[in-house]
Amino acid sequence: MKQATLVFDTAANTVSTPNVMVTLQGNWTVDGTLPALDQLSGLQEYGQLTTVTFVASDDFSWDSRLLAWLMACQRMFESSRCQFDLSGLPEDVDDLFRLANTVPPNKALPEKHTSLVQSMINRVARLGDEAMELLAFTGELALTLFRWFSRKGSARWSDILSFCHQSGPSALPIITLQSVLIGMILAYLGMVQLRQFGAEVYVSNLVGVGMVREMGALMAAVIMSGRTGAAYAAQLGTMQVNEEIDALTTLGIKPMDYLVLPRTLALIMTIPMLCLYSNILGMFGGGLVATSMDVTWTMYLYQLRDAITFGDIMTGIFKSFVFAVLIAMAGCRAGLACGRSSAAVGQATTNAVVTAIIYLVVADAGLNILFYHLGI
Amino acid sequence: MSQLRPERQDVVIEACGLTMKYGSNLIQSNLHFQICKGEVFVIMGGSGCGKSTLLKHMIGLYQPADGEILFGGQSYFTASQEQQQDMRRRWGVTYQGGALFSDKTLAENVALPLEQYTTLTNQDIRDMVHYKLALVGLAGFEEFYPSQISGGMCKRAGLARAIALDPDILFFDEPSAGLDPLSARRLDDLILQLRDSTGATVVIVTHELASIFAIGSNGIYLDANTKTQLDTGSPQTMLNHSKHQLVREFLSRGEYGDE
Repeated sequence: MKQATLVFDTAANTVSTPNVMVTLQGNWTVDGTLPALDQLSGLQEYGQLTTVTFVASDDFSWDSRLLAWLMACQRMFESSRCQFDLSGLPEDVDDLFRLANTVPPNKALPEKHTSLVQSMINRVARLGDEAMELLAFTGELALTLFRWFSRKGSARWSDILSFCHQSGPSALPIITLQSVLIGMILAYLGMVQLRQFGAEVYVSNLVGVGMVREMGALMAAVIMSGRTGAAYAAQLGTMQVNEEIDALTTLGIKPMDYLVLPRTLALIMTIPMLCLYSNILGMFGGGLVATSMDVTWTMYLYQLRDAITFGDIMTGIFKSFVFAVLIAMAGCRAGLACGRSSAAVGQATTNAVVTAIIYLVVADAGLNILFYHLGI
Repeated sequence: MSQLRPERQDVVIEACGLTMKYGSNLIQSNLHFQICKGEVFVIMGGSGCGKSTLLKHMIGLYQPADGEILFGGQSYFTASQEQQQDMRRRWGVTYQGGALFSDKTLAENVALPLEQYTTLTNQDIRDMVHYKLALVGLAGFEEFYPSQISGGMCKRAGLARAIALDPDILFFDEPSAGLDPLSARRLDDLILQLRDSTGATVVIVTHELASIFAIGSNGIYLDANTKTQLDTGSPQTMLNHSKHQLVREFLSRGEYGDE
C-alpha cells in the first residue's frame, strides 16, 4: 500500500467561501507513516479559512491512526475559527470524530507531583504533624491495650494465636541462622582482641553479655520488622485499598481493636521468646568459634555462667517487649495510613520497615542510657 | 444446541462442550455457542453462575477443564507462542474495576499496549492516546493518576486502553455496573459505534437489562443450579420465546415468568 500523503486543492478557496479541500491518499494505519502536521500549517497562508474539507481518494485505508491524526490537526487549528468537514471521508470516520468531540476536554490539572527536594522540604515541615499523629496513635494503642488487659477489649484469642503462629515459629529458621552467625562474629572479634592480653576465656563474657543484653533482642527485632512489620503494613494497606477498613468502621468495629490489637499482642508474645531463642543460639555460635581456638567447652560454659546475670537476661527481654510494640506500631500505622492504590501499598510497606528500624535504634540507645544511669 | 440458527460464514468464537472448573468445583459444563463477526454477544445469568469465569476462559486466563474455545478454528491453548501473542493483540479486554495500573497516568496506561505492539513514535503515541481518551470522554485527563479520578472514569479509561490497538474482539466484564444511567447509555452507544466502525465483535458480561436489549444481538444464559446453559439466541427472542421460565423471568425482571 502507498504511503499516506496529502494533496491540497485550493480551487474552491475564494473570499466569499474560504475553503480548502485536502485529499487523503494511501495507508493511514498504525503500520504506515503519516505526513507531518507542518504540511497543514501552510493552509494558514490562504487567509481566513473557515472550512477545511477532507476527502478520501480511492486508494485509502484507515484505522484509529487517522482519527488520532485528525484530532491532532484539530488541536493545531484550535486558535483559528476553522471548521473541519469530514463528509468526504468514510462515514465511520465522521462518526468516530464526532464521538471523540462530544465531551469537551477537561481543563483542570491533576495535583502536581512534587519534586524530590520539595517533597523533602514538605516532609520536614510535616514533622510536627507526624509527631502528633504518632503520639495520637500511641495513645490510642495504649488505651486499647489497657482495655484489653482490663478484660473490656475484644481481641479474639483465635486471631491472636494465628498471628503468633505467623510471626513466631515460621521465623525460627532465619533467626537460627542469624543468631548463630552473630554469635560467631562476636566471638571472632573478641578472640582476636582478648588474645593480646592472654584473656581468651573472657570471650564468654563478650559473647554472652553482648547477645543477652543487646544483639539477641535487636537482631530478632530487625528480622521481625522486615518479616512481620512489613507483612502487617501490606495486609492493612490492602484492606485500606479494598475499603475493608471503612467497612469495619461502619460496622462499629474499631480497626484498632480488631486489626491492630491482635497483631500487637502476637508480637509482644513472640518477640521475647524469639529473643531468648536467639540468645541461646548466639552463645552456642560463639562457643563454636571459641572452642575451635584455645578455649574448651567446659571453660566457655563455666565462664558464661559467671558472666551473665539474671538482670542481663531481663534487660534483653524488656528491650524485646519494647521493640515488639514499636514494630507493631510502625507496621500497623503505615498500613492504616496507606493510600488507595497498589503503589501506596508498596510505599506503606517500605515506610513500615524504615520507621520500625529507626524506632528500634533510637529506643535501643535510649534504653541503654537509661539502664546505665539506673545501674542495671 | 437444539436452537436452529442460520448457517453463518464467519464464526469468530466457538465453544464446543466447554466445561469450566475451579479445582474440583464445577462451574459450568457442556457449553456450546457460536459468536459471529460483528455481533454483540451477551453473557447473562444470575450472580455466581460463572459469567466472569466464562469470560476469563475466553481470554485465555483459565484453561478449560474439558472442551475448547476456538477462535477462527484455533484453540488458544494449543496455539504456538507467536500465535497466542497475535491472538492477544487482536483482543481488547476491560475489567470490572477498570484494572488500570495505579502507578501510571491514564496516558501511560493507554500508551502501554501501543508501545508493546507498535513501532509508533512518541508523538504519534501521544496523539493516539489523546484520541482514545477523547473517544471515551476523558480528553484532558492524560496526566491524571487512576486514584485521582472516579470509578466510572476508571472504567472508561480501561476501555480506552482496551481499544488502543483497534481490537477485532472486545471483551467487557460488567461495563455499565457502577455507572450512572446516562454514562451507561453513552457507553452502550460507544460500544455499538466501535462495533460499526471497526467491525469488531463484542462479548459482554452484564446484568443491565437496558444494555442487554439495547445492544445485544446474541447471547447465552447460564444457570447456576443446573450448571449449564439454558438458552442461547438474541435477548428479544429469548424474552418472547424461551422455553425456560427462568430465562423469561430474568429478562423481564420477573414479570413474564408465569404463564
